[in-house]
Amino acid sequence: MAYAQDLSALLLSGERRHFGASPAFLKRRRLIGLVMRGILFTAAALSIFVTLGIVYVLVSESAKFFAHVSIFDFLFDTEWTPVFENPRFGIITLISGTFMSSLIALMVAVPLGTILAIYLSEYANSRVREIIKPCLELLAGIPTVAFGYFALLFLTPIFQIFIPGLSGFNLLVPGIVMGIMILPYIVSVSEDAMRAVPASLREGAYALGFSKLQTALRVIIPGAFSGVTAAYILGMSRAVGETMVVAIAAGQQARIAYNPLEGAATITAYIVQMSLGDLPHGSLAYLTIFAAGLTLFLMTFVFNIIAFWLRHKYREVY
Amino acid sequence: MTDRTLQMPPSTMPRIDERSLVQKAKRSDGCFEIVGLAVLVVSMFVLLALIFDFMADGLARIDYNFLINFPSRHPGQAGILSAWVGTTMVMVTTTFLAVPLGVAAGIYLEEYATKNLINDLIEINVTNLAGVPSIIYGLLALGLFVQTLGLGEIVLVAGMTLALLILPIIIVATREALRSIPLEIREAAYGLGADKWQAIRMYLLPAARPGILTGAIVGMSRAIGETAPLITIGALTFIAFLPPAPIQLEFPFINFDWLFSPFTAMPIQMFNWISRPQAGFHINAAATGLILLAMTLLMNGFAIWLRYRIRSKQ
Repeated sequence: MAYAQDLSALLLSGERRHFGASPAFLKRRRLIGLVMRGILFTAAALSIFVTLGIVYVLVSESAKFFAHVSIFDFLFDTEWTPVFENPRFGIITLISGTFMSSLIALMVAVPLGTILAIYLSEYANSRVREIIKPCLELLAGIPTVAFGYFALLFLTPIFQIFIPGLSGFNLLVPGIVMGIMILPYIVSVSEDAMRAVPASLREGAYALGFSKLQTALRVIIPGAFSGVTAAYILGMSRAVGETMVVAIAAGQQARIAYNPLEGAATITAYIVQMSLGDLPHGSLAYLTIFAAGLTLFLMTFVFNIIAFWLRHKYREVY
Repeated sequence: MTDRTLQMPPSTMPRIDERSLVQKAKRSDGCFEIVGLAVLVVSMFVLLALIFDFMADGLARIDYNFLINFPSRHPGQAGILSAWVGTTMVMVTTTFLAVPLGVAAGIYLEEYATKNLINDLIEINVTNLAGVPSIIYGLLALGLFVQTLGLGEIVLVAGMTLALLILPIIIVATREALRSIPLEIREAAYGLGADKWQAIRMYLLPAARPGILTGAIVGMSRAIGETAPLITIGALTFIAFLPPAPIQLEFPFINFDWLFSPFTAMPIQMFNWISRPQAGFHINAAATGLILLAMTLLMNGFAIWLRYRIRSKQ
């Protein structure tokens, strides 16, 4: 009431007042907006510097390494004995261990992940999904060092009962455990791709009399093919870069891995092993971890780029 | 093709037993449903087996003394005091670095970035960073922070390393939270005369807060269990002292000396105990692992609950 009286008094008095924002305020606001935009841009651009930093560190330290060791030896020697009297640097040994454990992980995670993704996107109703997806997230959130303990001290003794030749450190059990670890990731990426397949295709298939399974196998998977493949490649990339499980349970012996029942060092396990010791800065042994790191980075980078491209492809199609 | 079928006399048409076809399809559907459930049960069984394994091995070891003792050569007297204090300090540093940076980058990419080369590059780069193995971040920190900048293996370096590691998680969460805000809120803010930054600060950020919080918690739970980068920067595994306390009696009552102190953390302590041969240390490792597990499960559980609440509100 009082406000209405004030207002009418003001209007009757005929006094001119400026009701909008003052020019000074607008100017200040413009300035703040510009400054904030600059700050936000800097934060976003920082991520570029992280990548540049990674590349710079890996390449510059590796360059020092390759001043001592020829790239040919690095790629084709079949032994890795960097701290011996007669050091040899055949990265192929570490790569073989990495690929063996990652392939075992994929052999576990690809079939299980694909089945789970089809189940979640085509069969499960929303209530079941509400329960399952959080459980998978919990599985994905478990620290990797805990998985390492689980692989070495729980699963390996159990597997040894059934597989006689299995040594205490081996590639099989860490591989399987890594498969379980990357499972939630593969499920979430490939389910994403399957759900991106338009409902019209699904309904068309049903209208033609397809069952759910036939729809999934003949319409959904072909339709989501690039996305599902991207999921597998991203899973592979994760397994290749996974560290603690193999560092704990796969042993530290660098050798060409052809028998998954025996232990072998992976690239990541080697880096951990060397970092634990007291490495003199600038020594050849110190430089090896950067050369190994560069190899690992390039491998995961290629996988990530392929997967990125594949995922963009299906996003463009639908 | 169709015409030919129509011209054929009914008796010569190939007979298809629709009923058996449908039954077969239904049976295979049912089979797949069972297979799907079985896979689900198996993966959940692994999760439960892991939790029970840690409980069986480690639960009895956790008591007050375990929390207030330093590591020791005798497994029975060893504790995780320096480890959990170190983890707490690293996590505080990580959070204070990663959350502001991640949220700022997320806001820029979602609200400001127009389609041009630099922004595309940043976008691809963030996606790629999310896929870089954690141990590579450790090598970055070793080469850049520890050696080139000469900072040494201190709390600050560990915090910076883990902050870079979880940055993509927080950026993605921020962007998703901003994207899910209804257009009306944006338009209402502009309608009231707000400019872009005012709309973000007063309307969009408050609305996005629960989503950002979810991302921050998931990122922190990732950082808390992360071991490899900390080992790579050379974090010590045997530390029998605490970093200087952040609070003091004299003016100005807080100090930041702890940022420059050597440290150990729970996952590193656990890894160290696993790699020893004595069974007593393995029990210690299980006890440490159980505490880590409980923390990450609680944090992730809270994040899931938060997300569920956001969705049921919308």
